[in-house]
Amino acid sequence: MRAFTYERPADVASAMKAASQPGASFIAGGTNLLDLMKIDVEQPTHLVDISRLPLREVGETADGGLRIGALVSNTDLAADQRVRQRYPVLAMALLNGASGQLRNQATAAGNLLQRTRCPYFYDVAMPCNKRQPGSGCAALAGFNRMHAILGASQACIAVHPSDMAVAMAALRAEIEVQTPAGLSRKVPIAELHRLPGQNPERDTTLARGELITAILLPPPPAGRQTYRKVRDRASYAFALVSVAAIVDTADGKIRDARLALGGVAHKPWVPKEAERELVGAAADAGSYEAAARAATREARTYPHNEFKVPLTERLVARTLSDLATGG
Amino acid sequence: MAQVIGQAIDRIDGRAKVTGAAAYAADNRAERMAFGSIVTATIACGHVTSIDANAARRMPGVLLVMTHGNAPKQAPFQAKADDRHARPKPQLASDKVEYFGQPVALVVAETAETARAAASAIVVTYEKAEGAFVLESASGAAYNPGKGPTGAPSDSKLGDFDKAFADASVKIDAIYKTPYQAHAMMEPHASLASWQDGKLTVTSSLQLVESAHKSIADTLKLEPDKVEVISEYVGGGFGGKLPVFGDAILAALAARELNRPVRVALTRQQMFHVTTHRPASIQRVRLGAERDGTLSAIAHQSLAQSARADEFAEPIVFSTRSLYAAPNRMTSQRIAALDLPVADSMRAPGEAIGLLAVEQAMDELAVRLDMDPLELRLRNEPKEDPEKKVPFSTRALVPCLQEGARRFGWDKRQARPGQVRDGNWLLGMGVAAAIRGNFLREAEARVTMESERHAVVEMDMTDIGTGSYTVFAQIAAELLDLPVENIKVKLGHSSYPDTPGSGGSFGASSCGAALHDACTKLKAKLAKGEGAQGLSVTGSVKPGDDYKRYSQYAYGAHFAEVGIEQTTGEVRLRRMLGVFAAGRILNPKTAHSQLIGGMIWGLGSALHEDAVLDPRLGAFVTQDLVHYHVPVHADVPQVEAVLLDEFDAHANVLGSKGVGELGICGAGAAVANAVYNACGARVRDYPITLDKVLPALTRRQG
Repeated sequence: MRAFTYERPADVASAMKAASQPGASFIAGGTNLLDLMKIDVEQPTHLVDISRLPLREVGETADGGLRIGALVSNTDLAADQRVRQRYPVLAMALLNGASGQLRNQATAAGNLLQRTRCPYFYDVAMPCNKRQPGSGCAALAGFNRMHAILGASQACIAVHPSDMAVAMAALRAEIEVQTPAGLSRKVPIAELHRLPGQNPERDTTLARGELITAILLPPPPAGRQTYRKVRDRASYAFALVSVAAIVDTADGKIRDARLALGGVAHKPWVPKEAERELVGAAADAGSYEAAARAATREARTYPHNEFKVPLTERLVARTLSDLATGG
Repeated sequence: MAQVIGQAIDRIDGRAKVTGAAAYAADNRAERMAFGSIVTATIACGHVTSIDANAARRMPGVLLVMTHGNAPKQAPFQAKADDRHARPKPQLASDKVEYFGQPVALVVAETAETARAAASAIVVTYEKAEGAFVLESASGAAYNPGKGPTGAPSDSKLGDFDKAFADASVKIDAIYKTPYQAHAMMEPHASLASWQDGKLTVTSSLQLVESAHKSIADTLKLEPDKVEVISEYVGGGFGGKLPVFGDAILAALAARELNRPVRVALTRQQMFHVTTHRPASIQRVRLGAERDGTLSAIAHQSLAQSARADEFAEPIVFSTRSLYAAPNRMTSQRIAALDLPVADSMRAPGEAIGLLAVEQAMDELAVRLDMDPLELRLRNEPKEDPEKKVPFSTRALVPCLQEGARRFGWDKRQARPGQVRDGNWLLGMGVAAAIRGNFLREAEARVTMESERHAVVEMDMTDIGTGSYTVFAQIAAELLDLPVENIKVKLGHSSYPDTPGSGGSFGASSCGAALHDACTKLKAKLAKGEGAQGLSVTGSVKPGDDYKRYSQYAYGAHFAEVGIEQTTGEVRLRRMLGVFAAGRILNPKTAHSQLIGGMIWGLGSALHEDAVLDPRLGAFVTQDLVHYHVPVHADVPQVEAVLLDEFDAHANVLGSKGVGELGICGAGAAVANAVYNACGARVRDYPITLDKVLPALTRRQG
């Protein structure tokens, strides 16, 4: 851990100003940033503590959706009656993440912005393009059991670790961002996180000094929702593969389907082709299996994560089938 | 005399622990204390060519940067010694790097934060050398260490194994692999060292105070009476705190240089390389049997990692020599020196991973024979120790199996996999035997009457979370006929009478027997009319001939039920039962905690634990508790341990045997066997993660 200065502004405008200085970083729950600072992976010289900013409300929007303040804790968000009733996929994803203690401390925006758990990223003695651009990717020919099968590059095969973000991707959430110029802009969640390409050091499309102020959920989609996470132990483990699924069926046909996958890519992965195959198809095992195959059609595996392809396919097909039958 | 030994009383140190009043090593403070942070090597093999500490030295608050260039001269390391944990442990002794994570520098500063920041600012350059890191490719370099840590010979032979195995009607010949494992105890290693008038005091987190005292004194070339070692509370040891590490030695060296107290604590990440681990193993088990299940041939051969820097011979095959009857047998222990961090004891060294192989092989044989695996074990119960040819002091494997079967509902188990379902889950049951050697070591204990009704017990023994404080209070209370609360137990100071410390499950029996002797002698003096006030007696114990004339082990039987999610292959424990017989139980409550703790660790060995080695770097990539998985609460829905009544008159005066390691022995094999019974996946490469189960599910479903 390096020496740093600290301030706790009282309003968004002063936070934005404070964050404009070089080396500054926002901190809210700190559940990831402080760990990374201790092991020297993150080296901010100035911490802007936004935890007291008035961004802790979950409110209803005019169009029938929800506006989730950036600082709403994971625990509070999962317990919110409106979330539980209208967006169960989100409550389920939240409760599948981390531990009770971490969920109490972690915020909604912080959850979106957490860094990968690739072990090579966490040891400064090892090469990692995400931590130190140009140093190489140790995972590529190293231990890559947890790593990406979709959308990766030769520069980085890390995965985004969030469960919550996967549910939000299926829900087509929008991210409300305050710019240093004082403007507010909205980013579809699909465009918030990046694929690694040649710049894996950049997790998101946010510009320096931008602040997430809220997450906007559109009105609840029709159909049933679920989140299913596969992991190595029963709790407190990151996903090997997870799926957020929302399926609306009528008269034996699929009217609408929204999917997002976790643990397979550098961002919550929306398998567009699988969704397209499902819409209008018969609500039967054949359609689900076809969609599952479509979801992994572009998959590329590494020595330790080949199992993720059949696992993803089986999980997607099974989850769709369970949803359609009310299982 | 009221019966106190054997009562399930609460820990006498429980309140201090849960209220935070108990000071663990890093909790201790001293006036003018400075903080040390260790810099570790980022190569596995080679030399340090330069260390640039200029930036670190310039940081305000930095007091000292110690490297091999300026470290005080210490006693040299000894490759061989009678007590491997009492050897000198010189730090920063040369520019040579023998394993990834080896300490290469120490920074001491006014605050822990400054020390850590300065440590990050130190730039070390290296000249890398070629190293060997992979056990699988090291079989050519494997060698016979001659004996294991307890002195038993590496190889054993009886009858003609090769012929009997060739002639056997039914055979199993299988290779099992177990991964590197980390102790991952809650409390990372830490030490506070201070000097006063030429005398060094080190407060640390240790299992063996006497060995540590010698190790520290010899390393710094000090007379024994110039060193005091203190370890009053230990947040888990499991073998990982048997040795002295760089935290203690570097704190002592820096405190002398700076003439002020210095604390050095390892980070969780450093624990995975700076301290020891359980070595990975490759084991071949061959079993030959008649059609009726009678074993005619048993062979167990092991290959385990040993550090090139410090040999350790994991005693994997030793208990196989006593477990089942068979006229033709052979065992062999081999190790391979790799350029990796140091392997050493971890909870039940040998049995913990040896039984993962042997007890799964027995299950495979039962399947091949189409026989109940419990029945197979009953049929091969020996009448005497099959290799030593001496009687068992006690042996309750059969009662443990039978009582466990009754309690667990073993009769409901389906012989063929895939028959029992709960929704989307396939269920299965497994059984395995537990065996763990029982040892008695030389120990002394002092008991002093503070008043007519109050006594103080003193030993350099430690309580590493096992309940030592409590059972010693019980022993003294019963023998002196005093209430438990009138006994003050003082442990963990090197100035107290010598004991073997906590390790190998010998602590409670060895120290308890010495204490028994002290109390008995004290009572005799009181009976003769000596005044109680200030009366002090030292008692002792030495292992007698009974350890040669009898085969001494504690036994148990594990039963596990698991569910396999048939879409994903996720393996989750449903319930687990262990039935054990370990002599007289000194305190059923603390014994129960130890046993279920061991069982949960066995579950972790079967399903979770894996210190993943990157063979390019010679480094473990799992360096925290996010990446290194142990079972969490949700993984342990129901675990129960039952203790059968037993008294081992040949073990010691108390009739007790160790329970600290027994619970892990065989527990993982019961889980592995349950996985097979649930879905037909026979996974011989631990841990049994879902990727290894999925192929069997895919096959089942066509």
